[in-house]
Amino acid sequence: MTVTSAPPRGATDPPAGRGSRPAGGRRRDWRMAAEIAGFTAPALLLFGVFVVWPILRAVQFSLFRWNGFGPLVDFVGLQNYVAVLSDDVFTGAVGHNLIIVVASILIQLPLGLAIALLLNRRMRGQGVLRTIIFVPYVLSEVIAGVVWFQLLQPGRGVIEAMLGTVGLEGPFQGFLGTPSLALPTLVVVLTWKYVGLAVLLFLAGLQGVPEELAEAAQIDGASWWQTQWRVTIPLLGPTIRMWAFLSMIGSLQLFDMVWILTGGGPANATTTMATFLVNEGTKRQNYGIAAAASVVLFVIALVMAVLYQRFVLRRDTADADVPRGVR
Amino acid sequence: MNTIRALTLAASGSLVLTLAACGGGGDEGGDAGGSSGGDAAGDTTISWWHNSNTGEGLEYYEQVAADFEEANPGVTVQMEAMQHEDMLTKLDAAFQAGDAPDVYMERGGGELADHVEAGLTMDLTDEAAEEIELLGGTTQGWTVDDRVYGLPFSVGVVGFWYNTEMFEQAGITEPPSTWEEMYTAIDQLKDAGMEPLSVGAGDKWPAAHYWYQFALRHCAEDVLTDAVQTLDFSDECFIRAGEEVEKLVAAEPFNRGFLSTPAQSGPTSASGLLATEQVAMEMQGHWEPGVMAGLTEDGEGLGEKLGWFPFPEVEGGQGDPAAQLGGGDAWGVSADAPPAAVEFVKYMLSDDVQRGFAERDMGLPTNPNVTDAVSDPALAQLLEVRDSAPYVQLYFDTAFGQSVGGAMNDAIALMFAGQATPQDIVGQTQSAADAEG
Repeated sequence: MTVTSAPPRGATDPPAGRGSRPAGGRRRDWRMAAEIAGFTAPALLLFGVFVVWPILRAVQFSLFRWNGFGPLVDFVGLQNYVAVLSDDVFTGAVGHNLIIVVASILIQLPLGLAIALLLNRRMRGQGVLRTIIFVPYVLSEVIAGVVWFQLLQPGRGVIEAMLGTVGLEGPFQGFLGTPSLALPTLVVVLTWKYVGLAVLLFLAGLQGVPEELAEAAQIDGASWWQTQWRVTIPLLGPTIRMWAFLSMIGSLQLFDMVWILTGGGPANATTTMATFLVNEGTKRQNYGIAAAASVVLFVIALVMAVLYQRFVLRRDTADADVPRGVR
Repeated sequence: MNTIRALTLAASGSLVLTLAACGGGGDEGGDAGGSSGGDAAGDTTISWWHNSNTGEGLEYYEQVAADFEEANPGVTVQMEAMQHEDMLTKLDAAFQAGDAPDVYMERGGGELADHVEAGLTMDLTDEAAEEIELLGGTTQGWTVDDRVYGLPFSVGVVGFWYNTEMFEQAGITEPPSTWEEMYTAIDQLKDAGMEPLSVGAGDKWPAAHYWYQFALRHCAEDVLTDAVQTLDFSDECFIRAGEEVEKLVAAEPFNRGFLSTPAQSGPTSASGLLATEQVAMEMQGHWEPGVMAGLTEDGEGLGEKLGWFPFPEVEGGQGDPAAQLGGGDAWGVSADAPPAAVEFVKYMLSDDVQRGFAERDMGLPTNPNVTDAVSDPALAQLLEVRDSAPYVQLYFDTAFGQSVGGAMNDAIALMFAGQATPQDIVGQTQSAADAEG
């Protein structure tokens, strides 16, 4: 905000360096502060009411044993955290989230990149193909979940019927009901759902790659493949890193698709942190435990996000930082 | 330039104020949603939630609401019919936010005790004394410290619903009355190429009902009564129950994919499989015929082919073999509901409404004046079993409350997946109970 409002002022006034303020500077500073406060207040207020306040409340709930009704009276300290972190279901859920984070990136990155590179070439039906790839992402997650749930019906669903025509038989409990297959099946559905977003972002990123560079590479004798690998993909780096960040956060908070497809089952094989806390909270009314789990989820997501910002996104955002000297 | 700035500032300032006002109002306005009734002009709106969201049941309740509105000018009944699981989730959220519907379905047990303790539900003991007397013993499950907080409109027991035609085809002449006979029947059905049983283990509670039933057969009545009071599950009979479930799962009587099968939503749910003749039996509550009717195209469910038998006896059980697992639904009134809501609930238990309710096989009427109206032979038989049972044990998850009941159901569902031992079920239930303190 400060960066965008500064230039016009700088254009008319001499730079207000430290210690050498002109006479009218104090008043102008006050006005600027008021302006900034005025413009940012609505956003800050919304942020406070819908982000900060719920987080503080969750922390508060997590220190009490509370069934959701009546006042918070039964203070138990960190006992809920001990219960959550020593619960095999929760530690399993953290593991599932991490598997989904890694699998999403490892599968969707090459797949999304390949599709984006293909769709970036001039061809007949380009628009239609792009739409088809992107449609699953636009579908409501719940609707997509219900559709996949029906497709994957054990013994009676379309997918097992298709397997049947080539002489294969699905597992007795079905793909979603077999503990060892449920998570891989979920990853497949998530890939189908979210690869469209990766493709869309990569395609947008590709528009920013100057064609001259590819032409220059071709003149130098680079093959199509070399051009992509040495020129296009490296220039797509910022987009890829930003996409991976979004994908990571989404995977950590994954809830809807799991809830619809498996409810976290069978035998907790697909429980994520989010389904764990919903199950403990709204189903079992252990709101203290659920709040503790939500705080743990928040901390994990925050730490991963900060580390990613610090070590991976740093060079992408570095350009945006205006050097202090400008003011 | 300056004017524009000033205007923008003023605008953003007023936006801040508006938002602040919204924020402040939100906290206090918590109970506005449900209890909108009882104001001046005599215009009252009663919000009413129920789970008869399909077929004839839904039509009937729409009619009941319209009739009540007609008889009570100025009263509007705002009905919301929901799928059962959805309703439970929404009710929890509504109670927590303090804007519960005026009239809602109360299941009794530990859940009701929580609601009463938090002052969320209305004491009907004096308001509906006449009805409570009429209903007699069935109000027991909705009584906390000798005060009645709900008027039960349907109380039933859990047993096996079966397809009589498929039983005939498999050569089963008599419904099994012992578990030995049950296992024989399962084998006969399998030999005839049929799936014997469906269970909605994806929703957990239908699977858990098996454990409850075996516990009911193995545990003496006082052991169960004590367990509900003291949350002590150390008696050997609870281990026996787990062993019986383990044995049953090992016999593989259940439908393909039962671990992810939902209880009653859609034609591929456990109830749907029975309704569409994909399996021969399912253990379910008294609501099954109504659920199945909603899941078939002709709205008939299994129709004439539907049969019912109670949970068979086990060998060496300490429990009374005639005791039944069951429960039901009562109309509860939220604490701040208008008086018309109480009148509406009383109307719902009148001979007229209960008769219509029974005639449509929507449940088992509790009003003794209309028991003859249960036309479905399977339901009539179930009613007979209910009325001759020495006692009806409330579903354990309801009786123990959601925290303990949920842990219990999770552990039992794990056993269905082959990942828990009888000791695990008792252990996990006990530790959830101990955590309650």
